[in-house]
Amino acid sequence: MTVKLTDSEKAMLDGRDGKARQKAMELLVRYAEALGAERFVDTRNVAGVPGSANPFLQRYYAGKDAGGLDAIFSHFDLDSDELVDVPDALVPTYHLQGGADPRNWQTLGVKVEVFRNYQEREAFAARHDVTILKTCTPYLAGNVPAKGEHCAWMESSAVIFANSVLGARTNTEGRESTSAAMLTGKIPDWGLHRTECRYGTHRIDVDLPVESVMDWGMLGYYVGDVVQEHIPVVVGTFATPEIVRLKHFGASASSSGGVEMYHIVGTTPEAESVDMAFGPNRPREQFTYGKTEQRQVYDRLNANASDPNVDYVMLGCPHAALDQLREAATLLEGKRVSANCHLWIFTSRAVDSQARTLGYVKAITDAGGVVLTDTCSAFAQAIPPGTRVAALDSAKQAHYLPAILGVQAWFGSTRDCIQAAVTGRWNGERP
Amino acid sequence: MTVSATIVLRGRGVVGGRAEGEALVTREAIPGWGGVNPQQGVITETHHELRGKSFKDKVLVFRGAKGSSGWSAMYHTARLAGAAPRALVFNEMTTKVALGAVVMRVPSVTDLDRDPLDLIETGDWVMVDGDLGIVEIQKRT
Repeated sequence: MTVKLTDSEKAMLDGRDGKARQKAMELLVRYAEALGAERFVDTRNVAGVPGSANPFLQRYYAGKDAGGLDAIFSHFDLDSDELVDVPDALVPTYHLQGGADPRNWQTLGVKVEVFRNYQEREAFAARHDVTILKTCTPYLAGNVPAKGEHCAWMESSAVIFANSVLGARTNTEGRESTSAAMLTGKIPDWGLHRTECRYGTHRIDVDLPVESVMDWGMLGYYVGDVVQEHIPVVVGTFATPEIVRLKHFGASASSSGGVEMYHIVGTTPEAESVDMAFGPNRPREQFTYGKTEQRQVYDRLNANASDPNVDYVMLGCPHAALDQLREAATLLEGKRVSANCHLWIFTSRAVDSQARTLGYVKAITDAGGVVLTDTCSAFAQAIPPGTRVAALDSAKQAHYLPAILGVQAWFGSTRDCIQAAVTGRWNGERP
Repeated sequence: MTVSATIVLRGRGVVGGRAEGEALVTREAIPGWGGVNPQQGVITETHHELRGKSFKDKVLVFRGAKGSSGWSAMYHTARLAGAAPRALVFNEMTTKVALGAVVMRVPSVTDLDRDPLDLIETGDWVMVDGDLGIVEIQKRT
């Protein structure tokens, strides 16, 4: 065994703290060995989807629980052949996005038995002290780790945000490793937990103005494509991007590639200068992002769309910030969603609650749109019946939705999308 | 029948065990959630060179893993559905591929002394020993 365990980790592995924590530790040791990690770090910030079940898992494990013991958590989350009694979370743990909006599940076309199962799975997590955030943007819903804090997070767009914007430390964890961390407070000390693995590897010079959320989404898509799973250092003269732009930049970069951390010189906390961002590394490659590259990204994101008749507009990937709901409400003022089109906007329960207080949800609903929580079209595999052509303001969603549901997808600005919802036609402008 | 020489690569075992099968090779990173149908074992990502190809019962030879944090859960699901690959040979270690290999429970090897992507082609017969960290290749003739 290459991984060295502390006495308390050994005791957990030997079963001192019960069967479930023992199984969790066994899985973490297998995982650490696979990585080649030498030790674990302690974490008190876990974000995952403990005990959740999509329809496949619901069917697969139906009737396999026994005596109140949970088969899904035992066999799937902990990859244990033995059924175990699941204890409460040992460290603060947060539930990321789920399968259906508890208010609008019927809109999403979720079957009643599937929805009941989602509710049961949510109650299971809550009973085990898991905070039910139900969002891909935990950092907009109450879980904001500090700089240097070791976390065990799933959700690629949240991981890249935590590392790059907040300076917290997490690898892209998976379902099984986050559930094991929930029971043990341990995660392998590997990759982005270690200072030497957080320096930049590739340099991106930005040679054109990058301003709007759409601009930042396209830049992120380009960066992910050229650096794949490495660490880009973005250099350019642009106004400091605020949170929504960074949310879209990171979500794109972690979809077209596997970027888990980036530096924007002058903006992100570990990149006050180019030298600081690269540390001891020399850039392995340099890329310049100009008009040609931007147009290539735009064309690629729009490559599978040809029909200008849009039947579905989806916003809120990653989940909309309050300011984005305000923007949608403003753009819809005095207008109505076309009878030939649907407008769904996805957000977290926390932001939804604020948006209700401020009247944005009512404004969007009055104009014929729907504000939904917990999930998104790609995650829930839910689009309005009969949808053939969608319009999206998220490069991440444009990356996934056509592959998952076989629809055409236009990509453009939030304004282009709202206009498509109102007119039923795509009239987006190529940059 | 022509018997071709066996090529042997040595590296680091990621998950133990021994399995063999026909290779499916890609120089691209492999997507997880949103780019794969785990119940059928098929890559679905729009721009992927393996789009529409099945990895079920194959020895998957690839650069690394990319995309969503749902990577491990997808390939874990593929194992439950009987659609997982028989073994993995890959170049770039990430948490996604490490955890995915662990929960798929298939022999896996990385850090090889020569680039498997230069030496293995789709259709070659490949044996993977995750205990010894060895990959044996029989070229298709």
